[in-house]
Amino acid sequence: MTVQEPILEGRTPDPKVDQIIKLAVMAVGGQGGGVLTNWIEAVGRAGGYAVQATSVAGVAQRTGATIYYIEMAPSGDRPPVFSLAPAAGDVDIIVAAEMMEAGRAILRGFVTPDRTTLIASTHRALAVSEKTVPGDGIASSEEVRAAAEIAAQRMIMFDMEKAAIEAGSVISASLFGALAGSGALPFAREDFEAAIRVSGRGVEPSLRAFASGYETARKSVSGEAESAETATTKGPAVRGPSRLMAEWNALAAEVGALPEAVRELALPGLRKVVDFQDMAYGRDYLGRVKAVLARDDAARDYLLTREAAKYIANAMAYDDVIRVADIKTRGSRFARVKAEVRVKDDTLLHLTEYMHPRAEEIAGMLPAGLGKRIEADPKWMARLDRWFNKGRRLRTDSLPSFAMLYMLGGMRGWRRRTLRHAIEMEHLENWLASALAHLPDNYDLAVEVLRCRRLVKGYSDTHARGLSKFDRVMEGVTLVAGRDDAADWTRRLREAALRDEKGEGLDGALQTVRSFV
Amino acid sequence: MAERSFKAEVKHLRLGDGATFTGEGILAITKALLECGVGYVGGYQGAPISHLMDVLADAEDLLSELGVRFEANASEAAAAAMLAASVHYPIRGAVTFKGSVGVNVASDALANLASSGVTGGALIIVGEDYGEGSSIMQERSHAFAMKSQFWLLDPRPNLPSIVKAVGQGFELSEASNTPVMLMVRIRSCHVTGSFATRDNKRPPLTVRDALSEPRRDFSRVVLPPMSYAHEQDKIKNRWPAAEKFIVEEELNEQFGPKDAPVGIVLQGGMYNSVIRALQRLGLADIHGDTEVPLYVLNVTYPLVRDEFLAFCEGKDAVMVVEEGQPEFIEQGLSTMLYRAGSPVKLHGKDMLPMAGEYTGQVMLDGLTAFLRDAAPALLPDKVRAPNAEAEPIPDLSKTVPIRPPSFCTGCPERPIFAAMKLVEQESGKHQITGDIGCHLFATLPPFEIGGSTMGYGLGPASNAAFDGGGEKRAISFIGDGGFWHNGLSSSIGNMVFNKSDSVAVIVDNYYSAATGGQDIPSSRADNQTKSTKHPITEALKGVGVDWVRQVDRTYDVKKMRAVLQEALTTDHKGPKVIVASSECMLNRQRREKPLRAKAIKEKRRVEVPRFGVDEDICTGDHACIRLSGCPSLSLKRLDDPLRDDPVASIDQSCVGCGNCGEVADAAVLCPSFYQADVVHNPGPWERWRSNLSATVIGWLQGRRARGRIEFAEMAE
Repeated sequence: MTVQEPILEGRTPDPKVDQIIKLAVMAVGGQGGGVLTNWIEAVGRAGGYAVQATSVAGVAQRTGATIYYIEMAPSGDRPPVFSLAPAAGDVDIIVAAEMMEAGRAILRGFVTPDRTTLIASTHRALAVSEKTVPGDGIASSEEVRAAAEIAAQRMIMFDMEKAAIEAGSVISASLFGALAGSGALPFAREDFEAAIRVSGRGVEPSLRAFASGYETARKSVSGEAESAETATTKGPAVRGPSRLMAEWNALAAEVGALPEAVRELALPGLRKVVDFQDMAYGRDYLGRVKAVLARDDAARDYLLTREAAKYIANAMAYDDVIRVADIKTRGSRFARVKAEVRVKDDTLLHLTEYMHPRAEEIAGMLPAGLGKRIEADPKWMARLDRWFNKGRRLRTDSLPSFAMLYMLGGMRGWRRRTLRHAIEMEHLENWLASALAHLPDNYDLAVEVLRCRRLVKGYSDTHARGLSKFDRVMEGVTLVAGRDDAADWTRRLREAALRDEKGEGLDGALQTVRSFV
Repeated sequence: MAERSFKAEVKHLRLGDGATFTGEGILAITKALLECGVGYVGGYQGAPISHLMDVLADAEDLLSELGVRFEANASEAAAAAMLAASVHYPIRGAVTFKGSVGVNVASDALANLASSGVTGGALIIVGEDYGEGSSIMQERSHAFAMKSQFWLLDPRPNLPSIVKAVGQGFELSEASNTPVMLMVRIRSCHVTGSFATRDNKRPPLTVRDALSEPRRDFSRVVLPPMSYAHEQDKIKNRWPAAEKFIVEEELNEQFGPKDAPVGIVLQGGMYNSVIRALQRLGLADIHGDTEVPLYVLNVTYPLVRDEFLAFCEGKDAVMVVEEGQPEFIEQGLSTMLYRAGSPVKLHGKDMLPMAGEYTGQVMLDGLTAFLRDAAPALLPDKVRAPNAEAEPIPDLSKTVPIRPPSFCTGCPERPIFAAMKLVEQESGKHQITGDIGCHLFATLPPFEIGGSTMGYGLGPASNAAFDGGGEKRAISFIGDGGFWHNGLSSSIGNMVFNKSDSVAVIVDNYYSAATGGQDIPSSRADNQTKSTKHPITEALKGVGVDWVRQVDRTYDVKKMRAVLQEALTTDHKGPKVIVASSECMLNRQRREKPLRAKAIKEKRRVEVPRFGVDEDICTGDHACIRLSGCPSLSLKRLDDPLRDDPVASIDQSCVGCGNCGEVADAAVLCPSFYQADVVHNPGPWERWRSNLSATVIGWLQGRRARGRIEFAEMAE
């Protein structure tokens, strides 16, 4: 069919169409996106605009990603026709109540350089997939920010969740404040505040959070430098009796003499082991670190020793019953909990610890020889399980339970004689030795083997699983040792091991390794 | 009590002549029903039409003033069956449920209703749960209208149009003796706007009055030979009557110039998206005045041949905008053109995608493709010859995690599935089915329990093939909502009848929680208009289940695990049914929070629980999260160069349900968790004792601190 010339000519777009303000709120179910939408509607209507809002809440209200969409235009004789959904490339304002939801808005094409003001809270509400990874599965906020800088015409980003909590309110109020402060809507601050007042619930806290969001957004708009919370990198304050302080200062001075790259990790490492045990243990630690340093290469900026300083400290400060009891009974910990749950003068705190000791923990506390014999004797282990293996809820705000944990926590003098200590030290020495064995041939491989210590973590079954993953990765290391890419494969094996709980990723990676060796 | 109280909305329902209603679409429909003199209303809740049910449930006073009966039906089938009242009586009735799933359930009654035909207007309001935000399989309710011959309205998505459609729906139903389905999409249900209200109307004949003068006419009963007569009546009388009414009352609308080489035929619900695309192409103004003729099908079934052919006259090409698949409308219109020997070229799914929601971009692309092909001169220059590509925006598809719905903070269902996961860790994988309801979130990470959902109340029924038993028993989960909807008979009753060896777990959270927390027969709440507090266990025993275990606190993970293990290993013959009961936390918080605040204010003793994690003890393995997935249990990166992995952290939103501690104990995870109960307004004796402990503890702590080096926590 031949296409006829149309009778009608294409015409220029109605300039009024450009007056429509298109705003989408991207939120996580439960964040109060509905409340925010109601406020925005109210401020628009009061300001003489025709407003339409829609949402697709539904089942997504249960912690899923939700989206609310608002369009408004100056009221006239006839109502405008608004869209019910945002379209890619056609959104003026995105309010994202969480960093990854800002990312989702960009991903869906709602943020474009020609028109979009992006107002986003930088805090994270982690998705389940980020949290379940045994390693670090947290998505990169930096990537989202980098994309936002390209995608958005203007952006206002700060932690609006924090601003809300500090005001005793919820994020919808600080987001509303940031929206007002952005100047992206043609209404005055008072109009926004009036919308909050009219809604009538939690007005005062909401107004406080609104103000906080508003001020920060204003500063961002006017280009005032964000009062960069100067991360005061002064190290922790050290306190203690003068005899110990002298010893500490001596040890710290030794660390001070180490190359800078090593120092950065050796000082926290030293703190960790001294806190775990005592000064002598700290000296042991420095001894081990220095032994590695002696074989290290300045040309590599002492990377090997740096990693050793980190992982030796972690290996030496293993998680035993004494450490747990010690931490649970410290005054500083009580103070932190009280601050966290906001215990005030007229309230009391009941503090319950959830403990579940097993026979292994009890045997681990025994002297190495005896403990080993008992651990080898199933009858004894069954007996210990019968006596001890059950969930224990200890009220550490009450004297009896506190006293018990306090005594356990005070057994640091006994620790070096325990079975657990013997096991841990043996594991440490083996690991260190096997890492350093690669040093003459393959520096990078030695570094990677040191880093495999990261796999050992957790308690009871989790700890056992971590150890078994460690062992399997080490097996893999022996398979690839001697190859040029051994270090790279070791890194890949380790990362695979951290990807899932059961180690299926690791199995796959090992299979691949076996296929070519 | 439903998730929200709708007392404020109920006030809107009282607005009369000359007033303006401003609010959500679904509430506008509710108001329109009353303005139309509806005699009875019912339905089954579910997004996006839950609010209709919730508002009516809170509007009992108004309804009884007007003589309107409101029934919370047991299921969509029951709701559709209720429309039987309009078969013989000239009473307008309306029911609501979600589509397409609700229509599936209702289809038995709907087919019978459609065959019988109606005297009073019968309106079925379907919230079409399709596209973004949907929780169900992606299908169309449209097919049901076609197969049973009832009429389908799909009004333009603005409040005046939707309200008008309610009235027209009743009239069309009465004019053609046919039930009418009014379809509203998710966004239309939630869209806000205004319309001019009218006075509510008392039904000319109330259902109460009808009982005094019962009517029956066996020619309306679906039995041979009447059923044959019904079919002929549908085609020969009801359909033509409907067409006549649609044309005369101008239910469908036309916009734009009369003469143009192209035109667009669209479902009413697509109107705003089509206009937006035209606005972006410079072919429509802000008010929707368009350069391209539009034929808006506010009635998508039946299609009116003469009206459509008249629209096509003089046009070279017409595009059909029809969301969802298959393309019933396009097929129908094609047939009309073909039979009329028309040369008009018909486009539709060749330029728009067959499947999926018609989002703004999809619509813009589809219409652009159509106009470029059929009337390129209409398009603005920049569309005809686009400028150079802009700077590419980095691809975040690998960065941004998906965020499926999940159990809420403190949800009592979480520990049930934590227990189930622990059972599977011990005794291996089992055959597990799910049902409909919040508990279906257990099929997603971190639990990944349950491999199918076959319909509401059909969880145990969908394990029927395995009822004969085997080395490991099959397990099914079903909610309390599903249990009363259909599960008691279809699932549980027949497990008994077939001597099933399987295990069924009834997740009882005191409400129909996923749909907004409506009451059901086993709800524990007092409800003025409904009879509640009927224990599920009694019903189970009533249908003959001998092995029943009631767990009253699902948060007791160890007990939950033990009961599951018992059910899986017991020698008992016949179905093993566990009722796991704890109140939906969302509703519980909504109920308890104000009471708690009040009690604290009144100086009464109140304990407020919360959980926390000792970050020095947590090693960052996240095993606890893999048994929880609670939104308040998250991760935090420590400012410690020695730590590689983020540690667990519990935020302010924790409600202290106890799951973290219970799981850490039952799974022997780690000692990182602590429970901190803040005691408000403690008594003098308690205060004295606590002070004494605190003093001694403080002294002990000081003593130890003085004997060691202390590193104060990092200054922030």
